Parts: sequence; C-alpha cells; structure tokens
Amino acid sequence: MPRLLRELWRRPAGLVGSVVVVVLLVTAAVALFWTPQNPFTANPSIAWQGPSFAHLFGTDAIGSDIFSYLMAGSKTTVVVAALSALVAGLIGIALTALGSLTSHWVREPVAVLIDILIAFPILLIAMLLSAVFGGSLTVVIVSVGIGFGVNLARVARGEVRGVLGTDYVLAARASGAGPWRILIRHVLPNVAPVFIVQLSLAAAVAILAEAGLSFLGYGAPSSTASWGRLLSSLQRYITVHPWSVLWPGLTITITVLGLNLLGDALREATDPRLKESRGEKTRRAEWRRDRRRARAEVVR
Amino acid sequence: MTLTVTDLTIDIDGRTVVDRLSFTVADGARFGIIGESGSGKSLTALAVLGLLPDAATASGSIRLTVDGGVEIELLGLPDRELAHIRGSAIGMVFQEPRTALNPLRRVGRQIGEPLRIHDGLSKHEANARAIELAHEVLLPDPERLLRRYPHELSGGQRQRVAIAMAIACSPSLLIADEPTTALDVTIQAEILELFDELVDTTGASLIFVTHDLAVLAEVATDVVVLSHGRAVESGPVAEVMRAPQHPVTRSLIAAARATSWSPGASR
Amino acid sequence: MIAMMTARGLSRDYHQPREGLFARPLVRPALRDVDVTVEHGEALAIIGESGSGKSTLVRLLLALDRPTAGTVEFEGRPVLPGSARSLRWLRRETGIVLQDPYASLDPRMTVGAIVAEPLEALGIPGNHRAMVTAMLLRVGLDADSVDRYPHEFSGGQRQRIALSRALVHGPRLLVGDEPLSALDVTVRAQILELLRDLRRDLGLSMILVSHDIGLVYHLCERVMVMKDGVVVESGPTLEVLENPQHPYTRQLIAAVPTLDAAPGATP
Repeated sequence: MPRLLRELWRRPAGLVGSVVVVVLLVTAAVALFWTPQNPFTANPSIAWQGPSFAHLFGTDAIGSDIFSYLMAGSKTTVVVAALSALVAGLIGIALTALGSLTSHWVREPVAVLIDILIAFPILLIAMLLSAVFGGSLTVVIVSVGIGFGVNLARVARGEVRGVLGTDYVLAARASGAGPWRILIRHVLPNVAPVFIVQLSLAAAVAILAEAGLSFLGYGAPSSTASWGRLLSSLQRYITVHPWSVLWPGLTITITVLGLNLLGDALREATDPRLKESRGEKTRRAEWRRDRRRARAEVVR
Repeated sequence: MTLTVTDLTIDIDGRTVVDRLSFTVADGARFGIIGESGSGKSLTALAVLGLLPDAATASGSIRLTVDGGVEIELLGLPDRELAHIRGSAIGMVFQEPRTALNPLRRVGRQIGEPLRIHDGLSKHEANARAIELAHEVLLPDPERLLRRYPHELSGGQRQRVAIAMAIACSPSLLIADEPTTALDVTIQAEILELFDELVDTTGASLIFVTHDLAVLAEVATDVVVLSHGRAVESGPVAEVMRAPQHPVTRSLIAAARATSWSPGASR
Repeated sequence: MIAMMTARGLSRDYHQPREGLFARPLVRPALRDVDVTVEHGEALAIIGESGSGKSTLVRLLLALDRPTAGTVEFEGRPVLPGSARSLRWLRRETGIVLQDPYASLDPRMTVGAIVAEPLEALGIPGNHRAMVTAMLLRVGLDADSVDRYPHEFSGGQRQRIALSRALVHGPRLLVGDEPLSALDVTVRAQILELLRDLRRDLGLSMILVSHDIGLVYHLCERVMVMKDGVVVESGPTLEVLENPQHPYTRQLIAAVPTLDAAPGATP
C-alpha cells in the first residue's frame, strides 16, 4: 500500500488528482458543520456582488453566498460520487462474476445482456427513472451505478478472461489449484487494479452526471445544494452576469479532471513491473550508499 | 555494391547498445551477424536503413558504395533521402511478417507498393509485376493469393510476401533480420533456400542477422560475432566455426553443439 | 510392468464459429486417435511443428483439457477430467513447464509464492519456505530469489523458476511443452544440462514436447513424430533419426540446419 502511494505521488497526475480528492473530502467534512454563510439565505439586496472577504466568490441572483453554496454542494458531490462508485462496483462485480466465472449457458446470455444495457446512456436511464420516481439524488446514483456498472463489467470481464487464459493460470491448474484458489490468488490481484481505476472514473462520471442531471432538473431537489443546480440557476443570467457561472463551472471541471488524472495515474502505478521487492530496495539503498562513498572518495 | 560500417555506436537512453562496430560487406557477399539477445545485432541492421527508434542516437559511419564508385553516407541521411534508398537499393525483411505487412491491405497491393513509389509503375503494371514476384518467391496460385489479406495467409506465406516486397525493385543489398525465427523448421528450410536462390540469381549482397548458429552456417559466407554491442570476432564462417578465437564465439559454438543434432552425429 | 502413462485413441475436436449464418459449424480435429505410452524412468519426446497437435496432446494427458474421445491412464488408474480435488492424485505425480517464460509466472506474485503454489494447493505438509528455497538452490538460483518478482529475472532464470515450481512437490513425471524454445543458445545448453541432472538425481520420467530435434536427441530415448493431429512415426530416438521411415519425418530431419553446412549449396 505505501509502495502504491509512493508510485502514485511520483507522477504529477497522481499528485494533482490526490490533492483534488483530499480537498474535496476536507471541504465536504467541514461543510457538515460550518460554512462562511448560510448557503440558502435569500438576501436580494446583496445580489450579484463580486468577490469580497465576506463572499469569496460573490453572491448569486437571490443574494446567497456562492462560496458557501459550493461548499455545501461538495457534500452532495462526495455522497453521489462515493455511492455511485459503490453501486457501479457492486453491479460490476456481480455481472463480471456471472459473465466469466459461470458455466457456458449462463455466460452467453449475460454477455448479451451486458451488450444491450451498454446501449443505454446514463442520461436515458435517469430520465426513465425520474419519469417514474421523480427527480432525486437517488435517481442519479442508481442511473450512474447501472450505466457505469455495466461498462465496468465489460472491461473487467475482458480482463478476467484474459487472466484465465494465461499460461500462469494453466500452470496453477497443473499444480492442483482449484477454481477458488485461482480466483483469489490469480484473478483478483490481476483484475483489481483495472477495477480500481474504473471506479475512480466512475466517480468522475457520477459528478458530471449529477451536475448535468441537476442542471436539467432530474437530479437534486432545490432543498439540496448541488453544483449542477447552481450552474443551472446562474447560466440563465450569463449574458448579464457572465462571471458568476465561472465558480461552479470551474469547481466541477477541476474536480472531474482531478479524478480522471487520479484514475490515469492509478493505472500506471499499479503496473506489476513497478513492484519492488525487499531485495531490490536493499540493493537500491546499497547502490546509493556506494555512490555516495565513491563521490566522497573523489572529493578527498 | 559494398557496405562499409565504421565505428558504429548506438546509444539508447544513455546506455551504449552498440559499441564501435566495424565490418565490411563485400559485393555479392552473404554476410552474417550473429549474437544472442541484447547483443545489438538487430539494431545494427536497423541502423543501416535509418530505422532506429527515436530514443536512439547513432554515430560512426555506414557507407554505401554503389557501382560506379558513388559513395553515400547512410548514417545521418535525412529521412526524405533515405526513403529513396529503402525498398529500392536496399531491401529489408523483418522477423515478424505481421509487423511488416499492413493487415488492412491486400498483399498484392503491398508487394506493388515499392514498385509504384520507386519505379513509378502504374497500378496495372505494379499488379502484373507483383504476380511475377510472387512466382519468384514460390507463392502458390499467385493470382488468387495476392488478392488475400495478410491474416488469411500462413506464416511462411506472409514471409514470402515480405521477401517479395523487399526484392521488388531489385535491390543490390538485402537485409534480413531473423527472418525465419518465428517459422516452423520445415518452412524455415524453404525460406532459407529461397534466400539462397535469390542471392544467386540477382547477385545482390545479403546481410543476415540471426541468433541461430546452424542457420548462420547454412546461409552466410562471412560473419561478425556480436556480444553486448561489440564485435568479438569476424571472418569467413568456415574458419570461425572451425577455429574460434574469442571465448564468446567458443561458448556459442559449444552451446550450439551441445543442443543440436546432425545426421551422423550419433555414430 | 505397468507403464507410467498410457493413452489410447485420444482425439480432440475444436468447434469454430460458422462462416456464415447458414453454413455448417466448423469442426477442426486437432488430434485424431493418438496412442501414447511412457514407461517408468523413460523420457519420451513428442516432435511436431505448429498445428501438429502436440500441445493439445500434452494438455489432454494432464487432464487440463477434455478429450473428445479416448482414454488416459496413469499407472493403470484412469485420468478423468474433473474437479481439481478429483485430480489431486495426478497433480501430485506430475509437473509442467511451459514455453513462454514471460507468461508462465504470475507477475503479481513473488517467486517464493509461485514456487510454493503446488505445495499449498496440494496440501503437502512440511516447511514450505524451506522446500521452496531448497528447490531454487537446486536449479541454480540464489536463496534470496524467494522474495523477488518475476520481472527481475531473465528468460533463462524464469524457466529455472518454472522448473522449480514443476518439481517442488516431488512429482515422478515432468512434462515440458517447448521449455527451451524461447531461450538463447547458451542458456538453452545450461537448462538442458540441468534437466539431465535433475532427471538423473530425481529419477524423473519425462515427456518433452518440442520441434527441436537437437534437444530431443540429447534428452530423450524415445520419440513420437506428429503431424496434423496424428502420429506418423515413433520409436527409439536414434533409430527414428538415423532411419526415418515416414516421408514427413524425413522432410523434418532434412530441414534441420546443421552446423557443418556449406552456404550456397542448394540441397
């Protein structure tokens, strides 16, 4: 684990992504207890103020503090991202398992099912669900969960089949390994990194989806702070007050970008070729020490 | 035509993978470059045609002397001019026919491509010449086969197509980089025989890169033995095999003998 | 004296996707009615080129695949494809080494874990770490290899690791599917000698699948030649090599390049 983190932070993408995630989580945690102003108070007399000490990002059409609203919205973002990733992960695992570890008669229909479900874009699922249940965050989470979960299954299924076809799994079978052992010792460790990367991307997609769906009115109700909602309400005035839209827009962009970068860096960092054994560590340390000594010799 | 390599040095990412290599390929010679993996033999072959990877830097000299005494320094020649030489004066056959052939184009068109680029043949003329070339490389039923895509051919057939492409414009130098390593032994024998005949009939010089001592013995008249990027021994193949001087050559030959069989060996 | 392994009438068909919607499903016979016998302490070679069915045969013998027809017996006991548990007895007696040293070791496991896998999967009592270390030393690797990862080793070293995994649980039959093909010649000679030593010291019987006649000559007393899924010839190695009866065997032997060849001589 510490090795993974070191690999991750060696890369600028990993560093930036991690920072974004940490900032997001901290902001959401803080927002549970405190925001500079009440994000929902309407105070039309101070509407459309520019950035100031009291209102870091200024105020919106009804005089609410944008910065506080965005802080409050981060709670929504975190919840949606985390739960969507969770749902996507569970659906992904279930479909992957059904699609690759079962008998032929189960596998083929599941493959077809996955291919059919992939055809449904998240937005369509969201619209269908909100038509029945009304718009809500749950709708967002479920839509992204299903939409991305299916995608995840497709990717993971390919990985699993790839691993099952390798020579080392054949050798494991020849050594007496049964299906459980192969699953836990070989398939999982080799597929998990891909899965983790996909989950981080799922979170990114979820945030974007929530913003988009809330923007369109299918997502968060008006009582819940949501970045997409703010974007929606501010964009109506874009011709008159163009700058205020920048704040929610940038926030969404940077967060999603950060998650994507994190996903990319994770993909690279989990390459097994970078795994360092204890032996290599000691040898590297020895080499460094020898080099230092040699340099010291030269200086003398 | 002669090829003279002098002090060829290739660095990749700060590592020297070919170190001051010098050898001469005489006119009409069958020159072998042998070494184990990592010896730099493939890179040497690629350097002649300027096909080294971007991360590589090469220094030294690779001089091509054509009939008439014209000398061309190939190393450092701009790509545009090298492109004139590739496929026309010098043809190359690679180890994996899959990478040499475009999977999306019919093989007949691919054989015709150097003809159209270098000799300016029309599509119709190139097609006709491609069929002739297919006959020369002993491809069965050329009219039909040339209309196929690479994945529809066997490994041996693909390699013959690659050879046809390489000799299309009658090059005076043919470079083959482990062309039979990926092939079955019976197919390998046929391909080696093909090289033999082509070199005989066209009078071209041949540079043959391999790691297999027996293949080298069948194909080459002269050889340079590479180890870790350096030439450790060179000379006529028969002599080097009979009386190897360098320990690397000796261990190669000893290892080859320990793992091979020839008719009469058991008696 | 009952043979170690016998197979009768082994056949394996592969079903391929149809050419068109109304075309008949394709059936490719990879193996047709093959008989195999391996005596105790004997080394049998299965020679063939690609498509001969040799790899399929080996997988059927070890119940890693299900035959379309035919039977396999190990010391008279039927080998029936089934659950891992039902085959445990066979797994204890056999070990396999595969061709590609870069694909046969799980890149995410340490060498120690890889080699210990048979011990764990078969529930063999004892100090696994000690057994693994002893085996690694036996094949010529350092004891500290246990904690390292496959990517830190060369191709030859990886095959030694694979060999350790195949032998750590004390099997009596070693099966190799082209175990030396991907290696450099000097490494090949070393591993060949290692195989000979291990066979002698551990009293192993062996089935070696290869296309390399030289290896077969140096390692195996009996040989079986396969082509297109059938056995075309079999017998003692020296006899088959010196007096090949079947035209394909003759062709195969003639195709092998020899170290004492004269280049330019078209056979």
